[in-house]
Formats: sequence, C-alpha cells, structure tokens
Amino acid sequence: MNKLIALVKRPLSIAVIAIFMLLMGGELLSPGFASPRQIVTLLSIAALLGVVAAGQNMVILGGREGIDLSVGGIISFAAFLAGNLMRQSDANILHALALVLGGTFMIGLVSGLGVVILRIPPLVMTLGMLGVVQGGLVLLTRGVPSGRAAPLLGRIVSDPVLFGLPGIVFIWIAVGVVLTLILRRTKFGFNVYAIGANEVAAAMAGVPVRRTRALVFALSGFLSGLTGILLLGYTEYVFVGAGDQYMLPSIIAVVIGGTSLAGGSGGYVGTMAGAVVLILLQSILTTLNIPPFGRQIIFGLTLLGLMLLYGRQRRLRG
Amino acid sequence: MRLRLPIQRRPYLLAVVVFLALCAINVALQPTFLRFGVAVSNLASFLPIALVAVGQTYVVLASDIDLSAGAIVSLVNVAVVSIIEGMGGTGASIAIGLAAGLALGVACGVFNGLCVAVLRFQPIVTTFATGIVFSGFALWVLPQAGKQVPASVYTAYAGSLLGVPTVIWILAAAAAFAAVIGRSRFYQALRATGGNIQAAYQTGLAVAGVRIGAYAISGLFASLAGLALVGETASGDPLIGGALTLSSVTAVVLGGTALSGCVGGVAGSILGAFILGLISNVIFFAQLPFEWQGLVQGVIILLALAGGVVMARGRTD
Repeated sequence: MNKLIALVKRPLSIAVIAIFMLLMGGELLSPGFASPRQIVTLLSIAALLGVVAAGQNMVILGGREGIDLSVGGIISFAAFLAGNLMRQSDANILHALALVLGGTFMIGLVSGLGVVILRIPPLVMTLGMLGVVQGGLVLLTRGVPSGRAAPLLGRIVSDPVLFGLPGIVFIWIAVGVVLTLILRRTKFGFNVYAIGANEVAAAMAGVPVRRTRALVFALSGFLSGLTGILLLGYTEYVFVGAGDQYMLPSIIAVVIGGTSLAGGSGGYVGTMAGAVVLILLQSILTTLNIPPFGRQIIFGLTLLGLMLLYGRQRRLRG
Repeated sequence: MRLRLPIQRRPYLLAVVVFLALCAINVALQPTFLRFGVAVSNLASFLPIALVAVGQTYVVLASDIDLSAGAIVSLVNVAVVSIIEGMGGTGASIAIGLAAGLALGVACGVFNGLCVAVLRFQPIVTTFATGIVFSGFALWVLPQAGKQVPASVYTAYAGSLLGVPTVIWILAAAAAFAAVIGRSRFYQALRATGGNIQAAYQTGLAVAGVRIGAYAISGLFASLAGLALVGETASGDPLIGGALTLSSVTAVVLGGTALSGCVGGVAGSILGAFILGLISNVIFFAQLPFEWQGLVQGVIILLALAGGVVMARGRTD
C-alpha cells in the first residue's frame, strides 16, 4: 500500500493521471474532445512546447538557479531566419537548417559563457540575451514579418507518418529518446545531474563543471532553434513574436513534469507529460464556452492547484 | 586578502557611474535635457518602472522574485479607472478609487506571499501563475483599453503641489518610505532571510511573515505604479503593465541588488530604472535608424547587467 501511495505521488504518475482526467473531463464537457483527430492536433501543439521544454529541462537540471528566459526570442528568431533562408524552396532546406541550428546553438553558447565565465545568474544573462535577440530580430525584419516555409518542411511536420500521427510528433519522440539516452547513458548526462545536485562536489570529482554548464545553455539554444523551425513548418508563415508564448510555459512544463527548479533531479519523460497536461488544459478552456478572461483565471488557478500537488519546497523545520 | 575597489563595497556605485555617463551623453544629444520641464517629464515617464522596481527590490532581497508585479499594475490601473467612472467621477469617488487601488495591490501581494511562504510554492512559477490570474481579472474588469478619468486626476498628476511637481512628491514619498523601512527590524530580518533562510528561521525570525511582507510591499508599489499610469494616460488599459515585470527585474539587477538575496537596496533600483529610461532616450536622440534601436538597446542593457553583476560580486565573495 505504501509503495502504491509512493507510486501515485510521483510527479510523472500525477501528470499521467491528470492527462486522463483532463481527457475525460474534456470529453464530458464537449463530446468529440477526446476524438483521435483532436488528440492528433493536441499532440502536434504539445510537441512544439515539448521540444523547447527539452532545452529548458537541461538548463534547469544543471542547477545553480538555471533557467532560460531567452527561449521565446530564439524561437521567433529561428522561425524568421528559416523562413527567409528557405523562401518556399525545398532546395534550400538543408543549408537553412544548418545555419539556423548553428546560429541558435551559438546564441545559447554565449549565454552559457556569460554564466560560467562572468558568473552572471542565468535569469539575468538570459533575460539580457532575450533583449538582444528581440532587438536583432527587429533589425532583420525591419518590423515586417516575411518568409515562408519550404513545402517539404510543411509536409514533414504536418503530414501523417504512422497511425495517423504527423511527423512533428515523431520528431518530438525522437528528441525525447535521444535526450533521455543522453541524460541516463552518457558521461555528459551524468555530469549535468552532478553539477545540478552539488557543483562543488562535482568539481572535486573531476567533472568539467564550466564546460558542461556552457553546453547545457548551448543545447537549450539549439532546441529552441529546432522549435522555431518546427513552428515554421506547422504554421507555414512567419509571424512576429511567434515564440513569445513559449517562454514561461516551457518552465512550467518542466516543473509539473517533476524536475526540481533547484536542479539535479528529474528527467525529460515527466516534462513530456507536463507539456501534454498544459496543452490539454489550455484546449479544454478554449472549448468551454467562457470568455477569455475566465479561461485565463481558471488556467492560473489550475497551475496553482498543480503546485499544491507537487512542486512544493521543503519545510524549514526539520 | 583581496583588495577591494570602493565600487565593490557599494554595488550601486556602478549604477551611479552609468547613470551620470548616460546623463552626460543625453545632454550632448539633447541640449534641453537639463531644463526643469524636460527633466520632470522624463521623470514622469520613468516613474512607473521605478516604482515597480522599488517593490521588486524587497522581494529580491529576500531571495524571492515577483513575476506578477506587471499584472498587478494592470489590474490596479483598470480597477481604479472603473471605480472612479462607476461612482460618477466625484472627488469622493476619486479618493475611494485610489484607496481601493492601493488595497487591491497589497491584497495581491499578500496572496503571492501566502502561496510562496506558507504553502511553500516555488516563487518563479507561483508568481507567474498568480500573474496570469491577476491579468485575467484585469481583462474581466475592463476587456479593452478605454474609459476616462475626470480631468482633475490627470491635471493633478501633471501639476504641482506647493511649487513642486507631483511626480517628484511621489518619488520623494517612495524614497521616504524606503528610508523608514531600511531602518526597521523588518528590513534586517528581510536581508537575513535572503542571506540564509534556514539560519534566519533557526534564529527565531518570523521568516514567513517577512516574505509575505516583502510581497505585500511589492504589491503596494505595483499599485502605486498603476495609479501613476492612471495619471499619465488618463484612462485604463488591461495590458499596460505587461512589459513592466521583466523591466523591473532588469532595473533591480542594474542597481546592484543580487538575485540571490541579501545584497543591494532600493536606491540602486531607482537608478536602474532611470538608466533603462535614459538608454531609450539616448538611442532616440542619437537618431539611430529605427531598425537598429532594439538591438543597440539590448546590447547596452546586457553589458550593463553583466557589468553590474561582476562589480557587485566583491560584496558576497
């Protein structure tokens, strides 16, 4: 019985239970909510959030108040750049991918270097980087969105591949498998947990703390860039500030997925469930016939309710 | 023992230097900058972010963060405008509206504090969530920007009292409040909590009460910013505070307050807010092409943030 309680109290179990309850609740409130077609749409949207949250997850796991506020700006930047490099031509896809992913990796690396070399707190460094990326985007766009996805990218992202699920869902699953393997099976992954749990101990044990931490931010930039490209494939067009809506939800997906904001414990599978919970919640609130302000209030209160279940900090006493 | 530059003992000194440098550049680019009227109008436009940054400082000193401050600004802004208009715009309605706005801000802050200190929720995620709730209520009160306050409200805000402009009175009141708080036992407990919460608790300090107090002050100052925006714009806007949250955090860090708590102070944050405003001013008057402005502003702020953090480090090491 105690084992059962412990299992149910695990964040991942709570997230999975929440997913089923939300699906059933949605179906009760508006029949057709849990239809296969609807679920496919929900998974595609969750995949976008899930991929950004992957980078956010690495940064948070690395500890020392790790957080990446620049992800939204990088997504917008990547979507714009990819759209303009592709210009609707399949021939340009590869070099667009290389340039965008390389560029966003470098943006993340600069944040990481600021954090490890100048020892700027991640929240401050990535907040500053967000301003720079947004400013750079204005310079490139001159305030006017432009660029379109290559047709092939749109097909890869949106066309059904297997079981009626579109490519983007499989890309997300691939990201999940690769990331989980990296975290659980490679030296780099162990190092991320080590520096997140106790930086000083990790350094004494010979973990390259600075290199690992810088790389974690670079990977977050890279995954945000990937999200920007997927978003471009999903929406076909580029619109201004497309990525802004992902900044704080990516952090919340990580937290309700059971990764501690203190770093060093958690994993990506929970975050994937967390991303699905968030998207389900948002879409139930959209299907309910209530005005936007009501949706917003319920969404915020539900987040607080989820915090009550887990994501609480330890007592000062004892 | 390492030699310490004076600047490392006083983290806000870098902010002073940057502030003076920006003023000098501003004077060179905009010769009217030092005129009293221009200075006051600059002050009026920097005031909302300075007020939010002052409140944010107390929360950050306790090693927490308030990401709902901007939403509180919006909520108070629309609530006050709606109350004043709903009650007919009389003198009494204005007084009730202003008082209700302040009470609302403090209530929002106390709610944040209860979630963080009593329910032990993580501050970043919690205040983000409560911010969503507060902005939802703001949209409920007033779905679109609009409504008008009586002329007496904005003429009083733009005018003077005893020969001194109202905005300077507000700033002076904020500074006086900060000076009184800065000498209180509450403030010492606040910094102790930010320095080492476990130790502060074991010393017998009412850690939870201190954190709730810090959030309440943040709510109070956010509501003051909301009131200032009523005076400035003469109407309500449910989205007006959105950008103020992250700007206030930027101003606090620019002012030399450490996000890890304990180190820093309100004076630096006010300077930090002025620095943010002056940077936009300088970029505007430097006649940079429009498309370059955002990038230049972003780079300058990033460099100033990095400089502030590096300079402030001597205090905690």
